[in-house]
Amino acid sequence: MSILVIAEHNNSELAPVTRNVVAAAQQIGGDIHVLVAGKSTDSVAEEAAKITGVTKVLNSVADHYEHALAENLSNLVASVASDYGHVLAAATTTGKNFMPRVAALMDVEQVSEIIAVESADTFKRPIYAGNAIATVQSADPIKVLTVRGTAFEPAGLDGSASIESLAAQEDAGISEFVGEELAVSDRPELTAAGVVVSGGRGMQNGDNFELLYKVADKLGAAVGASRAAVDEGFVPNDMQVGQTGKIVAPELYIAVGISGQIQHLAGMKDSKVIVAINKDEEAPIFQVADYGLVADLFEALPELEKAL
Amino acid sequence: MKILVPVKRVVDYNVKVRVKADQSDVDLANVKMDINPFCDIAVEEAVRLKEQGVATEIVVVSIGEAKAEEQIRRAMAIGADRGILITTEAPASSLTVAKLLKAIVAEEEPGLVILGKQSIDTDNNQTGQMLGALTGMPQGTFASKVEVADNKVNVTREIDGGLQTVGLTLPAIVTTDLRLNEPRYVKLPDIMKAKRKPLDKKTPADYGVEEKRSVTTLNVAPPAEREAGITVSSVEELVEKLKNEAKVLS
Repeated sequence: MSILVIAEHNNSELAPVTRNVVAAAQQIGGDIHVLVAGKSTDSVAEEAAKITGVTKVLNSVADHYEHALAENLSNLVASVASDYGHVLAAATTTGKNFMPRVAALMDVEQVSEIIAVESADTFKRPIYAGNAIATVQSADPIKVLTVRGTAFEPAGLDGSASIESLAAQEDAGISEFVGEELAVSDRPELTAAGVVVSGGRGMQNGDNFELLYKVADKLGAAVGASRAAVDEGFVPNDMQVGQTGKIVAPELYIAVGISGQIQHLAGMKDSKVIVAINKDEEAPIFQVADYGLVADLFEALPELEKAL
Repeated sequence: MKILVPVKRVVDYNVKVRVKADQSDVDLANVKMDINPFCDIAVEEAVRLKEQGVATEIVVVSIGEAKAEEQIRRAMAIGADRGILITTEAPASSLTVAKLLKAIVAEEEPGLVILGKQSIDTDNNQTGQMLGALTGMPQGTFASKVEVADNKVNVTREIDGGLQTVGLTLPAIVTTDLRLNEPRYVKLPDIMKAKRKPLDKKTPADYGVEEKRSVTTLNVAPPAEREAGITVSSVEELVEKLKNEAKVLS
């Protein structure tokens, strides 16, 4: 049976996480098709066609696919899903939004946020904020899966798939895009960055994040935050790393002024090297840190910036 | 309008769960249970909409073990008017829960269904969306702001790059994100009053819903332990170790 991967994109560029999802599809094994749905997606379809292992790209273009509204996107995916053994999307806010709708339309269960493929019907996924890893087997005829991007190395780019257009479904007409406020940043995207520097409640206010930004810029790093820092209004919520925010797994994660609650650890404990800077030597973050520095961050951060 | 709020009984979010020795599941014996934090936010939002005069009645429903009555009573203490408890033998899958909720939606005809975005035990993040598919209702997931006007609801959603606002035709589904509101504390007199509020006890068979379980758990293992780290005494030593030992800096 073939595998359908739903591409994530912003109508001009393919989101890199799509390649991680294709890598998971490769491990399942089978012909891989990528579905691109959007307003004007020819360039996105061409990018998708280059991903290693992809044999066909389905390009569905309609105004009402521009913002990936779940009501419309799920109807489109469900219209072709019965031809496939597996349907995969990234476990991003977009994938988490429309995929369960696809599963219910097909009357199957969804396996959320897989981190490993054991076989075509058996997958590993974290539960209880990553404090346990469940191995689950699906008996459904169509396996609807969301994939944690950081758990799979991105697929290469030496493919040359054919591109076919796929007729759009009618606009469901029950939801509409009203507006969006996207955070603007020159730094790398949090979930794709090789180095992440995160601040917590210990930063004390939003202005002090400037100290982190300076270190991040020296390292070419993305900047994240704990829930406490977001709730205190220091930084916007899309910077939150944790069970209910973003899941990151960079080469280097530097946690500054973060105590290390289990909900935060769920979002970063698969990082290769973890550094903790905290003045409380009892902070739980030190239990997962490879290198811990017990110090006042207001002294340590400028020193670190200078030393880099 | 009427608001339906499904709530789930889960392990308290502060508890670090342990895997059973036979790796069949996590060990929940003698562990503190509570309302799922996102469901708490959903109840709070419904009560605020009632206080604003948008909602006329709040019906809270829970599906699972009989002890989930505690979580329904808690929601009633915050301000829900009545409850429905559907007891199942084993924890129900998201799809089964969505099918049961569909049957309740057909019966109660709520204008809004407000759910948490995910439960902190299974971390599935599915039920609200599945209910949307089964009922044909639109969905505003991961909501940080909800505004009802006429026959529509505008939902501001927390998405990966920032915020997105969608307009949904009522009846609609909203799933709550952390920053939608700050749930209030329950007061003792309200807990006493909640004990007298009506609660219907049902089973899945009452709604003609068969429990679907096509995904089975083969094994539950603890995550890989990280090797113990070291404490460095200065920033210089930290940078030196990152360069020469961990080799993550050049």
